[in-house]
Amino acid sequence: MAERRTMSDKVFDTINLILLILITLVILYPLYFTVIASISDPHAVAKGQVVLFVKGFTIEPYKNVFINDEIWVGYKNTLINTFVTVLLALGITIPAAYALSRDELKFKGLFMGFFVFTMYFSGGLIPSYLLIKGLGLVDTRWALIIPAGFSVYNMIIARTFFKSNMAQEIYEAARIDGSSEFGIFFRIVLPLSGAIIAVIALYVAVGHWNSWFSALLYITSKKLYPLQYVLRSILILNQEMNIINVDSMESGEAMQALMRRKYMAEGMKYSVIFISSLPMLIAYPFVQKYFVKGVMIGAIKG
Amino acid sequence: MRSFPSPDGLPNTSHGGYTVKKTKPSETRPVLARESRLAAAKKHLKSYWQLYVLLLPAVVFIIIFAYQPMYGAQIAFRNFSIKKGIWKSDWVGLEHFERFVTSSVFWPLLKNTLGISLYSLIAGFPAPIIFAFMLNELAQQKLKKAMQMITYAPHFISMVAVCGLIVLFTHREYGLINIFLRAVGGSGVEFLAEPKYFKTIYVISGIWQELGWGTIIYLAALSGVDPQVVEASVIDGASRFQKIIYINLPYILPTIIILLILRCGSMLSVGSEKILLLQNALNMESSDVISTYVYRLGIKDAQFSFTTAIGLFNSIVNMIILSAVNYLSGKLSGSSLW
Repeated sequence: MAERRTMSDKVFDTINLILLILITLVILYPLYFTVIASISDPHAVAKGQVVLFVKGFTIEPYKNVFINDEIWVGYKNTLINTFVTVLLALGITIPAAYALSRDELKFKGLFMGFFVFTMYFSGGLIPSYLLIKGLGLVDTRWALIIPAGFSVYNMIIARTFFKSNMAQEIYEAARIDGSSEFGIFFRIVLPLSGAIIAVIALYVAVGHWNSWFSALLYITSKKLYPLQYVLRSILILNQEMNIINVDSMESGEAMQALMRRKYMAEGMKYSVIFISSLPMLIAYPFVQKYFVKGVMIGAIKG
Repeated sequence: MRSFPSPDGLPNTSHGGYTVKKTKPSETRPVLARESRLAAAKKHLKSYWQLYVLLLPAVVFIIIFAYQPMYGAQIAFRNFSIKKGIWKSDWVGLEHFERFVTSSVFWPLLKNTLGISLYSLIAGFPAPIIFAFMLNELAQQKLKKAMQMITYAPHFISMVAVCGLIVLFTHREYGLINIFLRAVGGSGVEFLAEPKYFKTIYVISGIWQELGWGTIIYLAALSGVDPQVVEASVIDGASRFQKIIYINLPYILPTIIILLILRCGSMLSVGSEKILLLQNALNMESSDVISTYVYRLGIKDAQFSFTTAIGLFNSIVNMIILSAVNYLSGKLSGSSLW
């Protein structure tokens, strides 16, 4: 078809290419800026001298972040919570999705209606809050983990996967061989479900890693704060961080030291954003295709 | 050979290529039919009970974490007190609903909620569609992959980090945006302190975060366009624009409509997560929406019944909008959710 390109097509292609490159750069820039600002001299960043390149390279902000206990406690909590939530979510979602994908299950329409209705209607924030309170989960990890342990949307994605990837003949053959339904699920279906397990695990993990609102509702003890909640207090509430590495203290002038402190606090924010997003950014190129797969499987349903 | 269940639920038995359908016993012997149906159910359960066990945890979870709160939402019609519990609290009917609808906060909240929603819809909904069309026209596959990779990335950044970046970029002194503004001769603006900028900040940052990710569905749909149809149109002398408008757009229209219906169904539920992060005393008059109001009064001031009523009002209006849009769309375009 290339030889059929007319003049107007060439113009179209060129404009399209230029616009696409511009859009991509605009989307990339805030991320790029975060990285260069986090390793530049905070003073230069505040003065607007850092635009395209690192200026006055320093790892001071990172040093300050690394000695900040709260961030590490948050990291630890988020790692634990995310891990447990993923296990719980897989344990509930995959078996249910599989069962709903089987033709032999009776009242399937009824079961699906029972699940799908909750996607469109909910009791609202307050009754859920009172429920968690009533269950005695407030100010425990479980308040963040258990309610995140299952989502109907993920179940539908997994069900679609089983429906389109597993042949009914496999089940029949297994039953003829005398396998129980549990046997079929654990020994035949699970080993073939690597892709969908990865999709669901990643969906849940990313969602949990980035969540902060449940912590606002349910967590009061500092030692249980997840990473995003700590991040919020630093970035949004502007809470003072214990900065001890301010190197210009010897200048003697209190005012200057104060200013320096202020710049350092601003500079640290970029490094905090970078550090907290790092696991996602590292994992992202590898897991991207699973996410896309998830979106597409989900779309088939509609 | 794969056997399909017959319409009456009885298994078909095949004999050498053709199918013999068992006669339905209920037609002739009703008493025995009940017994045999019971026996069939028993037999079914005996061989398949483990499937139901696999489904059980999800059912229990949904009953506790989705249906229990719906049941608990009846406190919207009562004066809930924790001491008395749900059942013993006094019934007050629609009092809380009336109080909300007639209160002075009602119209400002509705205005902000609908304002942010419509603004996001009008600016944010077409953006990924246009971007998907543009990407789809790109001949260089490697470049396309790279662009997708880059534009998907913001989707994975947490809301807190995104709002942290917004706060940093709009800072009056050090913020990048203000540094640029001053460089071109303007003066610094404290964007988050001015109510008039709030909705724009909310919408633009949303587009930044979701533009790339939003294209996935459309690109997947576009990949189904028949190349032969495109070829034929090119031979007929169709320009690229004409190709997009007359072939690609109609092809993905059902997808667009379904997503639009879903979007309309959440018209009144502007999430509180992002707004709470960007909200402050100064921008409150344009940033306070129903969900943030519910959070403030419900969780902080413990006005449980009143705020549950607001939440319920919200859900019901959403359901009505969803059904209405769905019905209209079904009539007009043939695409609908149910």
